[in-house]
Amino acid sequence: MPPRRPDGPPPPPPVARVRLRFAKRGRLRFLSQLDLARSFERGLRRARVPIAFSAGFSPHPKVSWVGGVPTGAASEAEYVELALAEDVDPEALRVALDAALPPGFDLLACVPAEGGPLAGRIEASRWSVRVPGVPAEDVSRALDALLARESLEVERRTKSGRALVDVRRAVICGVCRASAHDCAILDVVVRHTTPAVRPDDVLTALGVVAVPPLTFPVPPEPTRLEQGLIRVDGTLADPLAAPSGAPNRSETDRLAGRLTA
Amino acid sequence: MSGQSVFPRLEPLLPRVRKPVQYVGGEGNSTVKPWESAAVRWCLMYPDAYEVGLPNQGLQILYEVLNEQPDVLAERAYAVLPDLEALLREHGVPQFTVDAHRPVGDFDVLGVSFATELGYTNLLTALDLAGIPLRAADRADEHPLVIAGGHAAFNPEPVTDFIDAAVLGDGEQAVLDITDVIRAFRAAGSPGGRAELLARLARRRLVYVPAFFDVTYGEDGAIVAVTANRDDVPARPVKHTLSDLDSWPYPKTPLVPLAETVHERMSVEIFRGCTRGCRFCQAGMITRPVRERSIDTIGAMVDAGLSASGFSEVGLLSLSSADHSEIGEIATQLADRYEGTNTSLSLPSTRVDAFNVTLANEFSRNGRRSGLTFAPEGGSERLRKVINKMVSEEDLIRTVSTAYAQGWRQVKLYFMCGLPTETDEDVLGIAKLAREVIRAGRKASGHRDIRCTVSIGGFVPKSHTPFQWAGQASWEVTDHRLKLLRDTVRADREIARAVGFRYHDGRPGIIEGLLARGDRRVGRVIERVWREGGRFDGWSEHFSFERWERAAAAELEPLGVSLDWFTTRERPEREVLPWDHLDAGLDRDWLWSDWQDALRASELDDCRWTPCYDCGVCPTMGSQIEIGPTRRTLLPLTPVPSLPARAATGATTSASATAATATAATGQEKARAAAAP
Repeated sequence: MPPRRPDGPPPPPPVARVRLRFAKRGRLRFLSQLDLARSFERGLRRARVPIAFSAGFSPHPKVSWVGGVPTGAASEAEYVELALAEDVDPEALRVALDAALPPGFDLLACVPAEGGPLAGRIEASRWSVRVPGVPAEDVSRALDALLARESLEVERRTKSGRALVDVRRAVICGVCRASAHDCAILDVVVRHTTPAVRPDDVLTALGVVAVPPLTFPVPPEPTRLEQGLIRVDGTLADPLAAPSGAPNRSETDRLAGRLTA
Repeated sequence: MSGQSVFPRLEPLLPRVRKPVQYVGGEGNSTVKPWESAAVRWCLMYPDAYEVGLPNQGLQILYEVLNEQPDVLAERAYAVLPDLEALLREHGVPQFTVDAHRPVGDFDVLGVSFATELGYTNLLTALDLAGIPLRAADRADEHPLVIAGGHAAFNPEPVTDFIDAAVLGDGEQAVLDITDVIRAFRAAGSPGGRAELLARLARRRLVYVPAFFDVTYGEDGAIVAVTANRDDVPARPVKHTLSDLDSWPYPKTPLVPLAETVHERMSVEIFRGCTRGCRFCQAGMITRPVRERSIDTIGAMVDAGLSASGFSEVGLLSLSSADHSEIGEIATQLADRYEGTNTSLSLPSTRVDAFNVTLANEFSRNGRRSGLTFAPEGGSERLRKVINKMVSEEDLIRTVSTAYAQGWRQVKLYFMCGLPTETDEDVLGIAKLAREVIRAGRKASGHRDIRCTVSIGGFVPKSHTPFQWAGQASWEVTDHRLKLLRDTVRADREIARAVGFRYHDGRPGIIEGLLARGDRRVGRVIERVWREGGRFDGWSEHFSFERWERAAAAELEPLGVSLDWFTTRERPEREVLPWDHLDAGLDRDWLWSDWQDALRASELDDCRWTPCYDCGVCPTMGSQIEIGPTRRTLLPLTPVPSLPARAATGATTSASATAATATAATGQEKARAAAAP
């Protein structure tokens, strides 16, 4: 018996690619990356976005996620690239798709894909972590202690057991300030490494280096504010903006210390 | 203030539990109305985990039907998993709805849908967390009415301590009528309080109120009589039967969950009821007669549901979907309509019939071809006659040969173990069938790379069926037969590697049997099990047979009955069954004669195609069979304008910043839209 082939012609090839920046806000921070992907694909269908499909028996929409945001963390800067079967107006696509996504899963920008791969324009994240119930001075002191180290490994539970991640090497710079009532706000730039250093790991590290050790009575709430290439001043370059003077890796590697708030 | 969101107190707990997304709500097409705008407020609960409960069609239908009423508000609740239950208790947060996170205790009605009896302990958790007294007798006017529905509510006797009322049958019209009674009662100043409201509902024949009936027991432990204790309520509460399903096309806008659930698709119910007459099947007995939706309503529901939800798969649901009078036309026309859109269509398990392979081919035209499922249910010809599942071995072999010849690699076969009159040989017949299926499949496909999965469920006798009198097979017998079968299949080297074997042990079925055919005395067993930590009894990782066995011994034996008495004991004809006073329309004498026919292995035809055999439902309920063919065809879809094409290049790269400012607003608009009525 000959192998079965899908009936009908193969799907049309992609004619355009667009890149989207989106936010994951409010209660939607509890979505996992898989939950986000599923909601997004349903949104694509509802908004009738002419997404390109892969061929084969089980065709999938061509959606390329860049990185992922941990379950429980909010974000203002997530990125995804779409292959389209029709060259549609990016802003019209953004408006239609945004309306089809749940509130809190909000599309912030959509531009035609240009230049090199999107992943090549992202090497670090800036996180802002609300730490309720902990005085800002305590977090600040812990941050100083962490930055004074060469290396600091913490243990993290993963699906396949335990892993050690070096938090210090990934943290580029950070600052801590007090918000209104007894709540610290930690602002920290973290380089993307493998395995990734998550905001939780940074907090674990702060807890460990502090004297006496810091504990967090209420679960802290991290929000990713930016992703991109690291500029010399420790700020991040918008990955959707036209590439201009990409920073020199060796230069960014020298960056260490406190952000100027 | 009543109806206030508990989300601010819940949110800090969520990072500490597994799959927190299941508690946040915010599903596509969910509804949040202002608390003050509603005259009557319903909380609809499915007493299992969110991932199981969300896809439930019954709850989605009632949610939409109620929320369409301008002065009615309906929200949903699901069972919280043990990790969150512990945190809720520790922090004093009550059971909440997922829509606006309101305390369940603040609603007027708590409607609980029991698809299976194994959700009873979860009802107790929800009541307790909600601050509602466990026992109906202890509730005051300020507590919600607790109303049970769903198939298990056809014998609600084991939970009568905990519920105020039960609705039998189709809920669409019933919930609206109940709402009307509550609204009028409130408007009149709630004269007579809770008891009078329940009496009004009972007098209108809308619900069964267990407190209005007394049960007496004899020396032998059996029921002597169930009698109404007030003369103003009907002596026999009846089931509700919806007619003209075309005028009730719900759900119109299916809920789109953010979390992963057990059914990642939308469903359209293509007909309700089934008169195939399988004697083990409670659903087929209590949902009679067959009422079809027409092909054009089905087409419109599929289109509207897909547009509103963005799902990429549609399941055409019913108790036996291939029996729709126009299923061929539906299959072909829907497959034509969605060709090239990467939308897949599916039928749940189908009859053993070569025509169904044709149907399956149509449905899988767009590619996905996972496996075909057939349900012969019994392993031997004789046993299939006992259960009235009219499938011959020849039919089965012909059907699977067709399937394998047409490129299907995998066939799933469903069977039951522990059926009345069953012997070891009957169960070993499953192995023989599997062997014949594999042989026929290898011959038809011309190669050896085919598979057959055999799934076996334990039979549990249910109320309102011809098998309601049967003695349930003990778990030891079930486990023995399953082991025998497994060993036989494994020892057969010709087929061992081609046959997959799926089954569960027999113990949970015994508890399901206790709850399915129990009477009011079983309530105390449920309560004890729950107090000792029983939760999520449908989940093997939470279920404890020993806990149930201990509680049954402690609570039932002092009363002169036992777990065995309720399960493995065959009932005599004249014994008063706990649900005899509840009218599903089925004539008790007909059920008994069908039980006797079963014991003689005598079959009965479907009344859709042969003369009426007087099961009693249509004359008692004033209902009739509603089937096609309509000979109509699907209307073409209205074309939807696509997104505008991209303008000439340039001015695009700078769009990013402006777009970002524009969008913060969009986010707020969406949030406002979600919060608004």
